Amino acid sequence: MMSSSFWAMGGYARYVWPCYAFAGVVLAWNLWSARRFRVAAQLRARRAAQMTMAAVGES
Amino acid sequence: MNVGPLEAFALLVRRELCLSFRRPDQLLQPLVFFLIVTTLFPLGLNLQLSLLRDMSPGVLWVAALLSSLLSLDSLFKSDADDGTLEQLALSGQDLTVIVVAKTFAHWLVSGAALVLVSPIVGTALGIPTEAFLTMMLSLTLGTLTLSWLGAIGAGLTVGLKRGNVLLSLIVLPLAMPLLIFGAGATDRAISGTSSAGALYFLAALCVFTCTLAPFAATTALRITLE
Amino acid sequence: MWTWFYKLASPPYVYGVSAALAPWALGGAALAMGYGLIAGLAIAPPDYQQGEAVRMIYVHVPSAMLSLTVYTLMAAASAVALIWRIKVGHAVAAASAPIGASFTILALVTGSLWGRPMWGTYWAWDPRLTSELILLFLYVGVMSLRLAFEDPSRGDRAAALLAIVGVVNVPIVHFSVVWWNSLHQGATIVRLGAPKMPGSMLWPLLSMWLGFMLFFAAVLCIRLQGEVLNRERQSTWVREAVKS
Repeated sequence: MMSSSFWAMGGYARYVWPCYAFAGVVLAWNLWSARRFRVAAQLRARRAAQMTMAAVGES
Repeated sequence: MNVGPLEAFALLVRRELCLSFRRPDQLLQPLVFFLIVTTLFPLGLNLQLSLLRDMSPGVLWVAALLSSLLSLDSLFKSDADDGTLEQLALSGQDLTVIVVAKTFAHWLVSGAALVLVSPIVGTALGIPTEAFLTMMLSLTLGTLTLSWLGAIGAGLTVGLKRGNVLLSLIVLPLAMPLLIFGAGATDRAISGTSSAGALYFLAALCVFTCTLAPFAATTALRITLE
Repeated sequence: MWTWFYKLASPPYVYGVSAALAPWALGGAALAMGYGLIAGLAIAPPDYQQGEAVRMIYVHVPSAMLSLTVYTLMAAASAVALIWRIKVGHAVAAASAPIGASFTILALVTGSLWGRPMWGTYWAWDPRLTSELILLFLYVGVMSLRLAFEDPSRGDRAAALLAIVGVVNVPIVHFSVVWWNSLHQGATIVRLGAPKMPGSMLWPLLSMWLGFMLFFAAVLCIRLQGEVLNRERQSTWVREAVKS
C-alpha cells in the first residue's frame, strides 16, 4: 500500500506532502510550546511559594 | 449644575474644536501627510497619468487610512496626559456622551478635512471629475467609520508607552473591509459603472460601526482609566 | 448541572480538571487523527477533477474550521470574563489565542499549497482568503495588546474587548463564499441540508476535524494550567498544588 505511487500522489506530491509536514510541525509546536509554558508557570509559582514560606518563617 | 447630554455634547465638541484650532499646525499635519503619501506612489512607480488612474482609488484610500491613523493618537492622549480625561469621566456625565463628542469633533478636523482636500489629491492621481462625488461620498462614510474604529483602538491603547504602533495593528485589520469597498466604489465611479452597491455597503458598515462602536470605545476607556 | 457551571469559575477546579483531561483528549485526538489519516490518505478514492491533490482537504478544512471555532471560543470566554468578571475566562482566552493563531497560519499555508495546483496561484485576494488573513491579524492584535500592559489584569480586559470586537470577522469568513463571487469553494459541510460529499471522503474528514478539536482541547488544557497558575500565583491553593 505504501508503494511509490502512493508517495507520488498522482504527481501532486510536492504539494501534498509539504502540506502534511507543515501540519505536523504546527501540531508539534503547539504541544511543545504549551508544555514549556506550563513548566515555566509551575517554576514561577514554586518560587513564589518558597518566598512566601521564607517570609512567614516556615521551613 | 446639571447639564443634559445634548448640551454636554455641544459643549464638548466646541471645546475640542477650540483646542484644535489653537494649534493649527497640528491640524494641518495629517492633511499634509495625506498629500505627501499620495505623491509617493506616482514618484515611486513612475507611471503615466492614464495608468495611475487605474491605481488611484487604492492609493487614495491607503493614504487616507494612514493619515487618519496618524491623527488618532491625539483623540484621547493629550487629555489623558494632563488628567482631564479622568475629570471628564468623574464628572457624572455619561462617558458615552463624552466619547461621542470627542470622536465626532475629531472626525470634523481630520476625516471631514480629508474629504475636503480629496479633490486636489484626486486631480493629482488622475481621477476624472465625474467620479469626484462618489469619491468624496465614499471617503466621508469611510473616515467616519474609521474614526469610530480608531476610537476603540485609541481607548484601548491610551496610556501605553508605544501605543501608536499597536493602535495601527489593532485598527488596520478592522479597517480592511472599508478599504475594499471604499476603493471599489471609487473604482466603479471612474470606470463609469454603478457604484451604488459598494456605497450602500459602505453606508451599512458606517451605520453598524457608529451604532456599536461608542459602547465599545466607552468600555475601552473604562478599562484603561480605572 | 448549574453547580458544575459555578465550579467552572473556580481556578483550582479548572486547574485540576485541565490536568486530568489533557492526556485523555490527546489520546482521543491521536485515535481520531490516526483513522482520519489512514482512511483519507490511503483508502478514500482520488477526486474526479482534482486527483490526489484533494487529499489536502484532510488538513486544510479541519484547521480552517478550528481557526474560526477557537476565535469564537476566545471571544465567548472574553465576554464571560468582562461581563460577569470571572477571571478564569481571561485565562481561557489567553490560552486559546496562540493555538488559534497557529491553526489560522496552518489553514492559510495548506490552502496556499492546495491553491497552486488547483487555481494556478499560491494566493488570491479573494474574500475568504482575505478575511482569513484578517483573522490572523486579529489574533496577533489580541495577543500583542495583552502583552503591552504592565498590569496583567488590565491587559486581560483590553485584550478581551478587542477579541469581542473582532468576532464580527468570523461570520464574514464563513459566509464570504455565499455573499461574494469567490474563487474558493462553497460550503459543503456546515450548511443547511445534507453535506455535499461522498461518505468515503466525509468520514475521514469528520474524523480529522474531531481529532483536531480534541487536540485543541488537550493543548488548551495544558496552556490553561499555566495561565491559571500565572494569574493565581499568590493563592494558597497554588502553593499546595506546586509543592508536589
